[in-house]
Amino acid sequence: MQINILEYLENIVELFPNKIAFGDGDHTITFKEVYDQGRAIGTFLHNKGFYKEPIIIFMKKSPETIVAFQGTVYGGNYYVPIDEEMPEYRIKLILEKLNPKLIICDNTTEEIAQTFDFQGEIFLFEKIVKTQINEKALEKIRSQSIDTDPIYIVFTSGSTGIPKGVIANHRSVIDYIDNLTEILEVDQDTIFGNQTPLYLDASLKEIYSTLKLGATTYIIPKSLFSFPIKLVDFLNKYKINTICWVVTALTMISAFKVLDKSIPEYLHTIAFGSEVFPIKQFNLWRKALPNAKFINLYGPTETTGMCCFYRVNRDFQEEDVLPIGQPFKNTEILLLNDENKLCKKGEQGEICIRGTSLTLGYYKDFEKTREVFVQNPLNNAYPELIYRTGDIGKYNEWGELVFVSRKDHQVKHMGHRIELGEIDSHVNMLKGVNGAATLYNHEKGQIILFYAGDISKREVLEGLKKSLPRHMVPNKIKKLESIPLTSNGKIDRVYLKNII
Amino acid sequence: METLLEILQELHEDIDFETHERLVDDKVLDSFDIITLVTEINEEFDIAIPAEEIIPENFNSAKALYAMIERLSDY
Repeated sequence: MQINILEYLENIVELFPNKIAFGDGDHTITFKEVYDQGRAIGTFLHNKGFYKEPIIIFMKKSPETIVAFQGTVYGGNYYVPIDEEMPEYRIKLILEKLNPKLIICDNTTEEIAQTFDFQGEIFLFEKIVKTQINEKALEKIRSQSIDTDPIYIVFTSGSTGIPKGVIANHRSVIDYIDNLTEILEVDQDTIFGNQTPLYLDASLKEIYSTLKLGATTYIIPKSLFSFPIKLVDFLNKYKINTICWVVTALTMISAFKVLDKSIPEYLHTIAFGSEVFPIKQFNLWRKALPNAKFINLYGPTETTGMCCFYRVNRDFQEEDVLPIGQPFKNTEILLLNDENKLCKKGEQGEICIRGTSLTLGYYKDFEKTREVFVQNPLNNAYPELIYRTGDIGKYNEWGELVFVSRKDHQVKHMGHRIELGEIDSHVNMLKGVNGAATLYNHEKGQIILFYAGDISKREVLEGLKKSLPRHMVPNKIKKLESIPLTSNGKIDRVYLKNII
Repeated sequence: METLLEILQELHEDIDFETHERLVDDKVLDSFDIITLVTEINEEFDIAIPAEEIIPENFNSAKALYAMIERLSDY
């Protein structure tokens, strides 16, 4: 039985040592290189005495970042990727939460890393990767590892203004990758084009599917997602046949009518996740690639990547919604109503997830973890956790699960999950602001901020850019005399919605 | 040009778009902005920017953007 994700790499390096594992349009690395460099970094961490520690990986998005992930696990630690695109303030919050002993950076990020308010040590990837491998030490670390040990922490938006660190283990990732690779039908001929950031669990799909089956992943330069024709050229140049992208990246190509002129000719598997795919755009893709498989994926970070899938098998009209389908193998969806009972046919309820795919919860936040990782209300006989997603769903006439809405003010914007309350709390922290409310315009896909106070829109924007990640900065800002309240003193969101 | 500057200013109030000439190269405009820009320019100027015009050269400055709009409005 597999108990450690490194077994993927160790099996595949026997079969395809010299095959390209990861590339980024600039350079590539083979499975053997991932294996050797990963063990070197694992040995380095061991030599330094770092064990069972969160290790910050602060590197340019590159094949080496993935090597650093593997190296961290070789040393018996867990990785926490952060990114140069994250604003200073967010990085500060993450460092405060973790209080890490070290950061691994590269030549391009070293200077920024030096400016962090941080007590630990900073190491350069390019240097530590040259460490002499100590097989014995690595074996010992492995023999003490169990499959519920953590592998990574990724941070997601938190409504109080502080991001939450979701911590996942070997078991949940193995369960996810085994099932995902079956659904996507990944094999050694698969060539992925990666779009999602490596600091999100979304990138597990490419990283571990590649390591499990000896596929290849090309990391697509982010700048290409602004310029669709160049993007399609990249897909064709590297013969990319499988993509798992956010919907906005796909619609950018179709909405700009690129598919009329240039087709990603090798693409045969197109997966997209947890955002509404406008059917008009979806049909443009299907028309352009009639033989490709289209797969809608759904799942929260808290249950490791994705947990439901729908393989498109019929035509959709513009007023239709793509279902999220059925759970992955070894996962069960419980649709629970307000009385914590299973929903009847057609009834709407909260999507709750049961299975090995549950992560360990939120790092150093037992209270928040207990709010959503709860005892299965249908089981009063023994301890059994389920995860309450806060997503409302229902079953359609084909018995497929459909996403309906959110219970709270969480939205999906450009593939990112955002608590609107987190934006509010950052606006309220700015000097001169007396009140704030953030809304989402689902039609236009825009974050709209209303605020009241003595500072200008420009000052608000400048302040927010320093503290919020780019995807959380409001698209439109409106200044009001005061924030309207309902009779019982809550922000009047209905009124605000009408003046968007 | 004024309408265009307004659209740009709405995206980034803190940038001087009249003089900036490396909007893409300096990563002032990212993919979020490019999508918004193309959509809003199409609406405001009643044109349809074709895919082959969505290239960095056309988005590096307000001037270049405006030249493209004029070129496309001629049809």
